[in-house]
Amino acid sequence: MNILIALFYEFFKAGLFAVGGGLATLPFLYNIAARYDWLPIELMPDMIAVSESTPGPIGINMATYAGFNAYGVTGGIVATFSLVLPSVIIIILISKFLSRFNENPLVKSAFTGLRPAVTGLIAAAGWQVFSITIFRFERFQASGNWLELFNWKSIALFAVLWLLLRKFKGHPLYYIAGAAVAGILLQF
Amino acid sequence: MKELFSMFWAFFRIGGLTFGGGYAMLPMLQKEVVEKFGWATEEELMDYYAIGQCTPGIIAVNTATFVGYKRRGIPGAIFATAGVVFPSLVIITIIAAFIQNFAHIVYVQRAFAGIRVAVCVLILEAVIKLWKSGVKNLTGVCVFLAAFILTALLGISPIYLVIAAALFGIVWGKTGAKA
Repeated sequence: MNILIALFYEFFKAGLFAVGGGLATLPFLYNIAARYDWLPIELMPDMIAVSESTPGPIGINMATYAGFNAYGVTGGIVATFSLVLPSVIIIILISKFLSRFNENPLVKSAFTGLRPAVTGLIAAAGWQVFSITIFRFERFQASGNWLELFNWKSIALFAVLWLLLRKFKGHPLYYIAGAAVAGILLQF
Repeated sequence: MKELFSMFWAFFRIGGLTFGGGYAMLPMLQKEVVEKFGWATEEELMDYYAIGQCTPGIIAVNTATFVGYKRRGIPGAIFATAGVVFPSLVIITIIAAFIQNFAHIVYVQRAFAGIRVAVCVLILEAVIKLWKSGVKNLTGVCVFLAAFILTALLGISPIYLVIAAALFGIVWGKTGAKA
């Protein structure tokens, strides 16, 4: 029960402050994972992969995934409901009282600060995945050998996927599926 | 009542058939909301969408709430929002349960180790796109670095940074932009 209350409170806050759509919810989920043991931080990369390769808004997908892993089906529903609730309230208030909200000069100037900050927040969340995928700090600390610091297989796959994405674009689903096959074949 | 259900069903299709949300959802929204049902005009939809981008929360949810509320008040807002969220809830719950049951298999672990690399690539690409549209000058670079360092290294809650960045934008927009 305590987990459900914490899920409601934390995802409500995330829904209230995550501005910018898409991955904007991600930094909030990392922050939750850092503070509660019902949301393991190791879960985050799987959550991102599943959310990007299935239909529906990414933020909703991530909330359902995180909530399910914290407290089963009920957890998924509570997390998603709580994430959406502030939006519904805010949009109803705005459409009642402020018809040209996005053309308001205050809102516009707030976004000159928000846009680069949100980019930085998402980059920081990305860095968390990056650091456990590309680096092996524990092995390096144990051996002191610089060659052990890097996960060379991951770096090679990263380079290949990056070049393919630059050249062909295409849906994230292809890259996630391709990387899954590569992971099995190359025994990651 | 009939319109509320067709609203739920239309947004259910929008949620269930578009990958990635946000921009990917716009063509579907135009087709269902403007062309098929006439719940909003093209201009109204673009306004809702623009407001959805600069209010907190998920853009697709914000747009759905807006369309539903304008058309049928609070029940409309609830039915449209429930519709856009419902497919995700079902699909993700099934996948998450599947992964929990098969996570101990070595092939699944290897597949996810590979997938993690793809996630790095996709996030890097998203950050580059956001950088191009949002970081326009040296002040922007400083705000980016401050947000990155404070969360990645010091673990400060994104909530404080979002509030600080909005206030900074307002103050800076009043003083710096004109100079």
